[in-house]
Amino acid sequence: MTIFDATVEGRTGFRLPEEKSYGFEPIDVLPEHLLRDSRPELPQVSELQVVRHFTGLSRKNHSVDSGFYPLGSCTMKYNPKLNEEAASFEGFSQLHPYQPEETIQGALELMYNLQNSLCEITGMDDFTLQPAAGAHGELVGMLLVKKYFELKGDTSRKKVIVPDSAHGTNPASAAMAGYDIVEVASNKDGRVDLESLDRLLDESVAAIMLTNPNTVGLFEKDICEIQKMAHDRGALLYYDGANLNAIMGHARPGDMGFDIVHLNLHKTFSTPHGMGGPGSGTVGVKTFLKELLPVPVIDFDGQKYRIVYDLPDSIGKIRSFFGNFGVLVRAYAYIKTMGSDGLKRASEMAVLNANYLRSKLVELIPTAYSGICKHEFVLKGTKLISEYGIRTLDLGKRLLDYGIHPPTVYFPLIVDEAIMIEPTETETKETLDHFAATIATILEEAKENPELLKLAPHTTPVGRLDEATASRKPKTRWSKGS
Amino acid sequence: MPEFPYLPQTEVEIEEMLRAIGVKSIAELFTDIPEKFDVDLSIPASADEFTVLRDLKELSQRNSNLNDLSVFRGGGIYKHFIPSAVQRIAGRGEFLTAYTPYQAEISQGTLQMLFEYQTMISELTGMEVSNSSMYDGASACAEAALMSVRINGKTKILISQAVHPEYIDTVKTYCFGGNIQVDEVNFDRKSGQIDLSDLKSKLSDDVSAVIVGYPNFFGVIEDLREVRKAIPENVMMIVSANPTALAILRAPGKLGADIVVGEGQPLGNPPYLGGPGFGFFASKEAYIRKMPGRIIGETKDGEGRTGYVMVLQTREQHIRRNKATSNICSNQAFNVLLASIYMSLVGPKGLQEIARRSYDKAHYLAKRIEKMDKVRPVFTGPFFSEFVVEFKKDLSSLNSKLLKDKILGPLDLGEFRDDMKNHGLICLTEANRNEEIEFFAGRLEELE
Repeated sequence: MTIFDATVEGRTGFRLPEEKSYGFEPIDVLPEHLLRDSRPELPQVSELQVVRHFTGLSRKNHSVDSGFYPLGSCTMKYNPKLNEEAASFEGFSQLHPYQPEETIQGALELMYNLQNSLCEITGMDDFTLQPAAGAHGELVGMLLVKKYFELKGDTSRKKVIVPDSAHGTNPASAAMAGYDIVEVASNKDGRVDLESLDRLLDESVAAIMLTNPNTVGLFEKDICEIQKMAHDRGALLYYDGANLNAIMGHARPGDMGFDIVHLNLHKTFSTPHGMGGPGSGTVGVKTFLKELLPVPVIDFDGQKYRIVYDLPDSIGKIRSFFGNFGVLVRAYAYIKTMGSDGLKRASEMAVLNANYLRSKLVELIPTAYSGICKHEFVLKGTKLISEYGIRTLDLGKRLLDYGIHPPTVYFPLIVDEAIMIEPTETETKETLDHFAATIATILEEAKENPELLKLAPHTTPVGRLDEATASRKPKTRWSKGS
Repeated sequence: MPEFPYLPQTEVEIEEMLRAIGVKSIAELFTDIPEKFDVDLSIPASADEFTVLRDLKELSQRNSNLNDLSVFRGGGIYKHFIPSAVQRIAGRGEFLTAYTPYQAEISQGTLQMLFEYQTMISELTGMEVSNSSMYDGASACAEAALMSVRINGKTKILISQAVHPEYIDTVKTYCFGGNIQVDEVNFDRKSGQIDLSDLKSKLSDDVSAVIVGYPNFFGVIEDLREVRKAIPENVMMIVSANPTALAILRAPGKLGADIVVGEGQPLGNPPYLGGPGFGFFASKEAYIRKMPGRIIGETKDGEGRTGYVMVLQTREQHIRRNKATSNICSNQAFNVLLASIYMSLVGPKGLQEIARRSYDKAHYLAKRIEKMDKVRPVFTGPFFSEFVVEFKKDLSSLNSKLLKDKILGPLDLGEFRDDMKNHGLICLTEANRNEEIEFFAGRLEELE
């Protein structure tokens, strides 16, 4: 039942203070055609009804707080409660973006310090905290590339190279900045194929976008060669920081030669995913790109923190105000808590957990690539089809019945029936053991009764939903009597 | 080794796990990274929860927060009353720590919430379809511009100079990416509305859309019917609206808008220095396949039970890659939850009353100011809850004095436009008590 179905005319969950009206009415001034002609049909329910409705909805969700969430490439680590506590301080939540500088020195200091911490963690020279999400950061990165070549007067570079294993946002972001996309193939080891890259990398290429470790969880060992090839031919190197959780304190994109980096604070730096957002896609650059960053930038003159808008070569504004400040507070709290030792340790435990789980699962389902992985790994589910007649999707859906969120499936695109698993560092060994045991159980079920998997899930609030019909004629809003 | 509450592995377990993997040490798991990249991070070492919270509390107290001020400043972010139930319910971990609802069967809470939200936004905007959010009002406005270009294939955007200046700048940045030309249209110096003759003079065959505010940055309500009349049918009208105002203003959808966007913060979201709020985004149904962002639809499962799924995912980056309608992936779903709870609590009557009070209080103060000697209301156009006044004296020093009285005074428009020195944008909402307004008016009389 929707909240609209619960509506009873005249009911409400809200009361304003009793105050004298001054007697000014829109109807006295506005022409009739600008006055609302019908009441907006919002719900009319009591406060308790609202509370029960949304509590009921929450119980239909899986979440990190409720169970294991080994969703590859998404870093579903624990979101510390202390971050929420800090973000709820009224000295952070009750700030207006147009307050005078001197009244928000604490907020500016937080942002300035966070910029510096991110510079140190990534080996970059400067950061903007404005992008609201990873894809937003990628767009900023690609606009920086575009502006850089425009200022250089180099108008011949129209292409951006992305690996075939890349996140979909990479090509989409480069396309939004007006670039043509060229895909570079991965080799049989799951890494960028240097010969293919060599062939593609000519004077028409503006940038290469890479994730390292890449989306199959492997470190691009040839990064030094790739860096040299890119820079020798005048292209910039872009780092998609989605997988930074594997290497903190062990390697820095800046030292690998990347010119631009985006980080997902909602992955590596533990801010909650919030059902899909808000995130934060902060962007770091080397000094030669500093003047191009979006405005405003936060600066410190030794006495006062300042908001600087005057940056003539800036790409401009990419959203309103300063970014998702509430998210920045959480990430800052996390960095303060973990510190240099804890961040390094977190990456080590993430890699340990991934390799341990991999070693347990490899006996059940083959891995797509051999050797040590970083924070995540990819299994190849083709055996499920040949041996049991079930697909990766069916395995994933059956996991739901066991209270576990399925891994990422069918991504990256370069692996058939891909099953991509990222346990994160915050999970216990027992959870990993339980997950492996559950996979074993499900494979037994597949042997004996494949239909059980094909029709899964059985215990969730709804079964598999008809997405095809839903998209053919989308019903995107509630209406009376339907 | 210090203890880390978020890292559960004991030394014994680590040994066991390493053995299972077949390596001798943690270091061996990192041998694929060239040694020369080894680094010691030069940031402070870890700390306990209580120390971190103490330090952050202290940092937060170095800000003056709006709960301690009388707030007469808006300009895109507004202080409204937010019922306690909003934060209390939204804080549940099942909302906060869930991912994007790709697995529909265990995300029905998220999906139904977003479906209900889309319904509420459709109601407010008078549009047929709403998506499930964009980053903020400015980026929603920019994405609307790109969407109009996708729909009609033209290459130029006209934007009123009375639209929020940060939105104008964001539209320009996105259009720089898309190689789309942006021209600004003057506003009428008397009314504060878009200058219709300047608009008409800038129309050409390559104009894709016209963007106006409703109300605009100056608080003035644009006559959308006249704007629609002034532009040809094949030019889109994009409206950037204040959602609170929509409770009493004619829905833009009924005045010929093609796309309606705006900042959703006024709906139950704390100001947070301007983020996170969310961008709402609604359009005519005919354009749904050109829309950016996630859209939720209702459907059935195999047993005929009603459920909700993300629809038209083939528009999106994870499937269509460089041919996607937008690169947007993460959005602002949690902020949409705050808005949904808020709109459910206040209901239609509540939201209309909030809008009416904001209007009433703003008009009262404007009348008071009209009678003052050295302050002059600038625009004659009808306004909602914000209005511009010109001060004879230096506005920034006036604001400093007001701040000593714990008043966050008018937004100095001179910071945005050279031709609006000492022009202040004054904002009122239902959260400004009458006695605050009297006090503020009194101080203005004394100080001017």
